[in-house]
Amino acid sequence: MPKVLVVEDSGSMRAYIRAILEDGATVDAIGACAVTEASSGFEAMRQLPRGPYDLIITDINMGDINGLELIRFVRKSEHHKTTPLLIVSTQHTERDVERGLTLGANGYLPKPFTADQLRDTVGAVLKGKASK
Amino acid sequence: MTDQGGGSGRGPIDRAREDFFPEAQELVDGLGRDLLAIDENLKTGRNDPELINDVFRAVHTLKGLSGLFGAALMSGLSHELEDVLDELRLGRIELSSEVLDLVFRAVDLYSKLLASERGDLPEPTVEVRALLNALGHITQRGSAAGANPVVQYELDPGLLGVLTEYEEHRLRTNIQSGFRLYKMRVRFSLATIDTALDELKSKTRSHGEIITYLPTGDASDGDTLELEILIASRESIALLKAAIEAHDLQIEEVPRRSSRASSPAMPAPMPPTRAMPSEFPSIPVAGFDVEAHTSMAHVRAPSIAPQSIAPPADRDVSLRSVSQTVRVDIRKLDHLMNIVGELAIVRTAMFEIIEKVRARPGMRDLSAELQRLHRTFERHLGQMQSGILEVRMVPLGQAFDKLARIVRQISREHDKQVNLVITGAETEIDKLIVEELSDPLMHMIRNSIDHAIETREERVQVGKPPVGTIAVNAFQKGNQVVIEVEDDGRGMDLERIATAAIRLGMLTAEEVKELPQREILSLVFRPGFTTRDVATGTSGRGVGMDVVKTNIAKLGGIVDISSEVGIGTKMTITLPITLAIISVLMVEVGGRTYAVPLTSIEEAIAFDEGLVRSFEGREVMTQRGATLPVCRLRKHFGHDTDALSSRRMARRSGFVVIASVGERRIGFVVDRLVGQQDIVIKALGKSLSKVRGFAGATELGDQRVALVLDVAALIEEVLSTSLEMRTLTLGSAS
Repeated sequence: MPKVLVVEDSGSMRAYIRAILEDGATVDAIGACAVTEASSGFEAMRQLPRGPYDLIITDINMGDINGLELIRFVRKSEHHKTTPLLIVSTQHTERDVERGLTLGANGYLPKPFTADQLRDTVGAVLKGKASK
Repeated sequence: MTDQGGGSGRGPIDRAREDFFPEAQELVDGLGRDLLAIDENLKTGRNDPELINDVFRAVHTLKGLSGLFGAALMSGLSHELEDVLDELRLGRIELSSEVLDLVFRAVDLYSKLLASERGDLPEPTVEVRALLNALGHITQRGSAAGANPVVQYELDPGLLGVLTEYEEHRLRTNIQSGFRLYKMRVRFSLATIDTALDELKSKTRSHGEIITYLPTGDASDGDTLELEILIASRESIALLKAAIEAHDLQIEEVPRRSSRASSPAMPAPMPPTRAMPSEFPSIPVAGFDVEAHTSMAHVRAPSIAPQSIAPPADRDVSLRSVSQTVRVDIRKLDHLMNIVGELAIVRTAMFEIIEKVRARPGMRDLSAELQRLHRTFERHLGQMQSGILEVRMVPLGQAFDKLARIVRQISREHDKQVNLVITGAETEIDKLIVEELSDPLMHMIRNSIDHAIETREERVQVGKPPVGTIAVNAFQKGNQVVIEVEDDGRGMDLERIATAAIRLGMLTAEEVKELPQREILSLVFRPGFTTRDVATGTSGRGVGMDVVKTNIAKLGGIVDISSEVGIGTKMTITLPITLAIISVLMVEVGGRTYAVPLTSIEEAIAFDEGLVRSFEGREVMTQRGATLPVCRLRKHFGHDTDALSSRRMARRSGFVVIASVGERRIGFVVDRLVGQQDIVIKALGKSLSKVRGFAGATELGDQRVALVLDVAALIEEVLSTSLEMRTLTLGSAS
């Protein structure tokens, strides 16, 4: 079962993402995911050793450790450097998103997104990993 | 809200949406607090960029959430507001009180928008449009970014590459202000990082600004985390070291480059444009054209960073989250409380069975054992009850936060300077009461600013400080919470109130003459009362104080008022701590059982018919030297229309339950005292909700139902009838 780490400081956004990933339609399309939530960059640091994860979904605009710093950390780490990373952020932060992609994030999904958009993107990223 | 995610019924996505309201409300409340702090800073000439960034992030999150859950109007407002706030935090718009006013307006609008999403209010379309229009008129002062000063410093490109646009802006601003840059390395234990970091932040705050935190990833062993922290400060390294000193902490100054010719270390700042970059570096994943399915998503094949670190020594290390807070819907607590109530009924029924068992011969041992069990059950049930109650308690500060905003807004409208002083914000009270308290408190404050606080000139003339003060003081008093709202305004003019009451036809001039001071003051709580001829923008429309009184009474509380001309006015709200469960005295009246909340009972004494006198048209008795109005519940509830039986009952004496709410007291004459009990109070239901004098009903152990007396309403009813009677008698006598 693919393990997904969701790093996002908004509780309802996390709940929304989790709901979509655990939804029947997602299970049918890409199989069941085990979702781990982290409410901040630090919480993500705590959850990372419990990995490895098959996908990390992260927001950028978070207090303290921001999403970009998390992406750099993940890409530098021996254990997680190949873990696919997906940025979820509003369109407002295009420069930050671009930086995140430069730092090694694999994809970007602008908020707000629909269940189908998230499902397809996550499916694509996971499949991309499997085909490697 | 529109349905998203295609699920029908209550799918997981609907449940995620349930989290939306409390989170959005929390964000809006936090927004209000931050804005007040910014306003305070603006007045005192201080600057805390972090606050503005917090406001931006809150609106940013609100935008994301409202977009996600289909709240279109709210999403639209957030979008505009976010743009303005973004420019503000990036220094492209100057922070002025005009701009701040608009953001304050947005906070109030958010509350309305949330209420409309819940279906409690119509959509405030017009207001949103007006605000959007005003936001659109804020002018930019042009890009603050000129030549990039950051290149002058020997900063690691890796570090610069992870700065968000905002962090980069703060870095530039600090350098332009001539601050020095420092790089700090600290190692934290992951388990305690939150508290350790907060400590570090508070130590740093007075000496400089933290630009960013970067986990280094060096020798990460899974238990600890090393952070590289970039700080801008005007202090020397020695001073900074002394101030922040901590274990495992290294600090060094970032040197300036010797020559300007060196290659720029970071990408040039993006021009202040809101358009999307024309193209992202995106590569479709092999064999799967993502962009065809998700037009907005950009996916690339995983890339591997060149740097690598040593593998963690122990990968199975388990780290518990330090965050231990859970958000709970209050209805769930109500449900739990109802279960406790049901269990209490079971307990009572069980006790009756135990009594029966004990009465049987040869069951002595068994009954003793049962009794022990029963006592344990009772004890745990009590603990459970108080546990749930504790969870329902929230600090009053939640209701007070809004007041500060209101004071700011109204005092600006009226061009009066008012200082709001709040004490006792930490006093805890039932969450439901806090929710219902905002409106009445707001009305009271509006009234104070509108009617009581004088203009600056008037105040100076009578030798008062030019800035008026409204003090809100809360404290717990036994099982009640008292909130005093006191102003140092002109006080209430009894003459003026009396004249207005006569003009409005509430009383005749003769009646007014006979009224004691307090009762004249309480005329302002009568529906339709106003001293104004022309309604102003806020209060003075004749709705207000009676609504305050009604709202407080609904919560089982009472408002008292005292005032001195020229000195000020004090309004005192007395409320029960919780609505969910109450201790009552069960009494019997005319063969029926009633519950009297213990919070309002002073004592119960034997009734002596001989002590009752008739005084000014009402029945009173003297108790401990004070005159106490008496209410015969049997007569009041109409349990005996038969005068003979009434007299017979009266001769059988009974008891007087002396109750008080605020400073008003009354003696209820009852037939019998049954005993004390904790009950879960249940609402009477819609059809009976208009019946005055009852706060609700409760189930007794033997399946019977007892009505719970609403002491505040009863006192009100009895005292006002006797007042009318008295004024009538007096009127005819003169």
